[in-house]
Amino acid sequence: MSFAFSTIRELRKQLLAKEVHPTELIESLLDQISSVDPKVKAYIHLHPERALEAAKKADISLPLGGVPIAVKDLISVRGEPCTCASRILEGYIAPYDATVIERLRSAGAILLGRTNMDEFAMGSSTENSAWGMTHNPWDLSRVPGGSSGGSAAAVAAHEAIAALGSDTGGSIRQPAAFCGCVGLKPTYGRVSRYGLTAFASSLDQIGPLTKTVADAALLLESIAGADPRDNTCDPEPAPSFSAKLGEEIRGMTLGIPKEYFVSGIDPEVEAATKQAISHLEGLGATLREISLPHTAYSVASYYLVATAEASANLARFDGMRYGRRAKDCDDLLETYGRTREEGFGREVKRRILLGTYALSCGYYDAYYLRAQKVRMRIRQDFLAAFRHCQAIVTPTSPTPAFRLGERAEDPLQMYLADIFTIAVNLAGLCAISLPCGFTQSGLPIGLQIIGPMRQEETILQVGHAYEQSTDWHTLRPSLS
Amino acid sequence: MAKRAFPLLPETGAFRYGYFVPTVAIDVAYVAELARFRLSPEEIETFGSQLEQVLAYVKKLEEVEVREVALIGEEESFQNRLRPDRPLPELTRSEVLENAPQKADGLFLVPRILE
Amino acid sequence: MTYEAVIGLEVHVQLKTETKLFCGCRNEFGAEPNSHLCPVCLGLPGALPVPNEEAVIQTILTGLMLGSTIPPRAKFDRKNYFYPDMPKNYQISQYDQPLCLGGGVTLPVLSFPKDAQKEAQALANKKVRLVRIHLEEDVGKSFHLESCSGIDFNRAGTPLMEIVTEADLTTPEEAFALLTTLREILRYGKVSDVDMEKGQLRCDVNISVRLAGTEAFGTKREIKNLNSISAVRRSLKHEIQSQIELVSSGGAVVQQTLRWDDARGETIPMRTKEQAHDYRYFPDPDLLPIYTEGRLREEAARRVPELPEEKKSRLAETYGLSEYQASVLASGPPLADYFEQAARSSRNPVAVANLTLNDYLALRQDSPEPVSVPPEYLGELADLVSDGRLNSRQGREVLAILIQTPRPPKEIARERGLAQISDTQALEAFCREAISASPKSVADYKAGKAAAINALKGFVMKKTRGQANPQRIHELLELLLREP
Repeated sequence: MSFAFSTIRELRKQLLAKEVHPTELIESLLDQISSVDPKVKAYIHLHPERALEAAKKADISLPLGGVPIAVKDLISVRGEPCTCASRILEGYIAPYDATVIERLRSAGAILLGRTNMDEFAMGSSTENSAWGMTHNPWDLSRVPGGSSGGSAAAVAAHEAIAALGSDTGGSIRQPAAFCGCVGLKPTYGRVSRYGLTAFASSLDQIGPLTKTVADAALLLESIAGADPRDNTCDPEPAPSFSAKLGEEIRGMTLGIPKEYFVSGIDPEVEAATKQAISHLEGLGATLREISLPHTAYSVASYYLVATAEASANLARFDGMRYGRRAKDCDDLLETYGRTREEGFGREVKRRILLGTYALSCGYYDAYYLRAQKVRMRIRQDFLAAFRHCQAIVTPTSPTPAFRLGERAEDPLQMYLADIFTIAVNLAGLCAISLPCGFTQSGLPIGLQIIGPMRQEETILQVGHAYEQSTDWHTLRPSLS
Repeated sequence: MAKRAFPLLPETGAFRYGYFVPTVAIDVAYVAELARFRLSPEEIETFGSQLEQVLAYVKKLEEVEVREVALIGEEESFQNRLRPDRPLPELTRSEVLENAPQKADGLFLVPRILE
Repeated sequence: MTYEAVIGLEVHVQLKTETKLFCGCRNEFGAEPNSHLCPVCLGLPGALPVPNEEAVIQTILTGLMLGSTIPPRAKFDRKNYFYPDMPKNYQISQYDQPLCLGGGVTLPVLSFPKDAQKEAQALANKKVRLVRIHLEEDVGKSFHLESCSGIDFNRAGTPLMEIVTEADLTTPEEAFALLTTLREILRYGKVSDVDMEKGQLRCDVNISVRLAGTEAFGTKREIKNLNSISAVRRSLKHEIQSQIELVSSGGAVVQQTLRWDDARGETIPMRTKEQAHDYRYFPDPDLLPIYTEGRLREEAARRVPELPEEKKSRLAETYGLSEYQASVLASGPPLADYFEQAARSSRNPVAVANLTLNDYLALRQDSPEPVSVPPEYLGELADLVSDGRLNSRQGREVLAILIQTPRPPKEIARERGLAQISDTQALEAFCREAISASPKSVADYKAGKAAAINALKGFVMKKTRGQANPQRIHELLELLLREP
């Protein structure tokens, strides 16, 4: 019998009841991986021996004792590569554990392997990986979303029980929506970024990709909380995120932003979202139309802020101290130029160029500073909206998964895949995406629930109530 | 899947069908030099026009009234988060140099630096 | 036509902290290359900076000592440029909201080079205004090898404070005086040892020349990375001379960055390509702003010491010292504190100052393994000399022993039989003994042979093993012999 199809909560019960040994669990997953990963290509490194070794010694009494977790390839794990799906980090072995990895280890989790992504998390399709594309388990000709596409695809294809991803503008939620799993972007500062390779420092957050909302709460509990190594990490201790699971949402007010339901959104996505909203109303929630007037500016603000920060964050990749250095260069300038030319993919170069330009002499005020001010406006929109509701419900992505290659050389169109998720990062809020239906051609559709800062319990409560009264999360891709 | 002109971004359809003339010129070669990567002439061309489209798009930020927006004073808390001046564990020298593309005598070797 | 120079300084000072600015690696000079590093200061993917409170306090303290304004909010920014000794290819620095704004330094006469202290400009107590003081991380050290460069990143990430002056200086001697004064103040505040050998003070200078009396600035040139105060003076002398020669022969100064070759005594244009200084500063999103009010400012204020100039005038006034004595004693707080403790246990502070400056410092310097002499002992010794109980030669002898094995000076003098006996009662007894023991000499003296007194003196000296105060014996004997 395979244990690969289980959730964390189910496995924890079975592990505690000694109905399964962690080793069997790893073996089940390795079987599933060897049967489907050649098609899905979710993983870029696997460590079967190390995982089996760890499984033998697993302490089941710990909160995640014996549970294997997949990790996006931009989080530092001591002694493992951390390529960020980039050639420029070829050969680099991280000499330290990220805070979230330390916490997973002390919670008893087993690290199984590293998942594919868009290079340095720059992308919405996992096509920008130096190690090849990941395929959507529901339709192998389509993208899994991105940038945490490997993590989402691994969970959806039951090659992982749960995974960690990172979300800068939707990089957890959008692939979760495309792959039909649950993805949570915590409040900025909720989870330590120490050990997360930075894309845009003021937007990045690590978060869980899971099969259920309850699993997301459980995984978040293990990784969240104060960390003196991250100056931007919230010093408040993390609450019990599972506390409100199972509580009714009767009497709760949910905001429906009118700017998110305009023509142009995919009709099937719109219909599924509206149906989900009615479903929530049926569960006793009060709906209220709200306005987020600066929504139309979020993509523009995001692409300036994120690329400016990225242009500095990625400057360290120069082949001097680690990673790949171009061979046979005559001098220092040529070494920089060719190392970075050969090491970075096109999307990364595009974004570094944009960010460098936005900060360069004479343009700072017009681009970067203005974008930050617009960002403040977007944040104020949400603060105002949350005076009238406890959570906001929207589609996660305006479309279901698109075809591989379809938007590869159309950066602006690609950026629009994040249109509903980006504002959450700009405002530092928390949000979760969970399955709310399928298109006629069988592609998953995601529902996004946005909460105020530090209100993960609320969005988990709403998500759990929805999930437990629907069965979208129980469907499995056929992978044929 | 059919590509859509997204109504939140009315100009984008125009970009794609090519009747939008970008008004922002970007000196890609200079910016690439600042960012220290070489670009082929083809890339300078392609990236130039792609970035000009993105820049033309982000010009829409000018529509937003931001004169009264203060970035300072919006912080969540006015508490400092500073570190006490106490030593913490360091990497060993072999861990430090393990990833070096080139090393000798405990030093990282890099192409000759001109003064 | 006479020209004048316009000079501004950017002074980089390494702070005296246990650990680096943004991580817990040791801030230690001279360790094995690449031995004090962690993911943060090595710029590994995923590492994040957290500011060192002590470095922030030391910078605010410096600002308070130099009369700067401390804004309530400061922040860190990223300064972007590529250089192999800089792990992240951006330096965390402060751009538009530094920890300290304004302030100034007054140049005392004695801070000028000795050969320039008589010049008029040195006597004016000129005040040089500061633009700002900010805190940033230092870079690694590169070594130029045969065909490549080698890098030691130990210094990378250590706290560096940059003090920027207005272009208020006009001569190399003023620049020298400014740096000397700054160095003293920084040592007073214990924010840096300012050890030149260890590169703890590095300086960039901007120089232009213009016709004396005109307002407009000439084109400036920058000399980077000067690592001693004397090199600043020498390079400025050279550069001002060459700019004046250029301008007065009808040429024009071209804006340029130079480095100074101290051995050859000339400036050399730097070969690094200038990227038009497009540093793309922006606020570091990894770091929260710093709020200076409250604990940080209070702690810095608590540490503000009595400053060198205050100390000098107080020492001169309280102890009646000369300006020179006060100035030398105040050259470092430990010496001044030592002097004050010694002076307090003495009746004659000027004698303590003399003993300290003339003998103590020299003897300590010459002694292979000097130990610290408790200040009370020095005070006691000064009293022994000034009371005439030891002559100055004996005083030095006692001091030499004190420096090896500190014991009460009286004890040493006694053991060594060094005590000069000036005590009237003791000497009177010896003198009476001499008189009664030598009736012939007494008779001779009374008969008008004045020299006969010498025999009596000889008797006393012999009895006291040479320790009697000869002057005093003479006086006493004369007195006693006149007795009826």
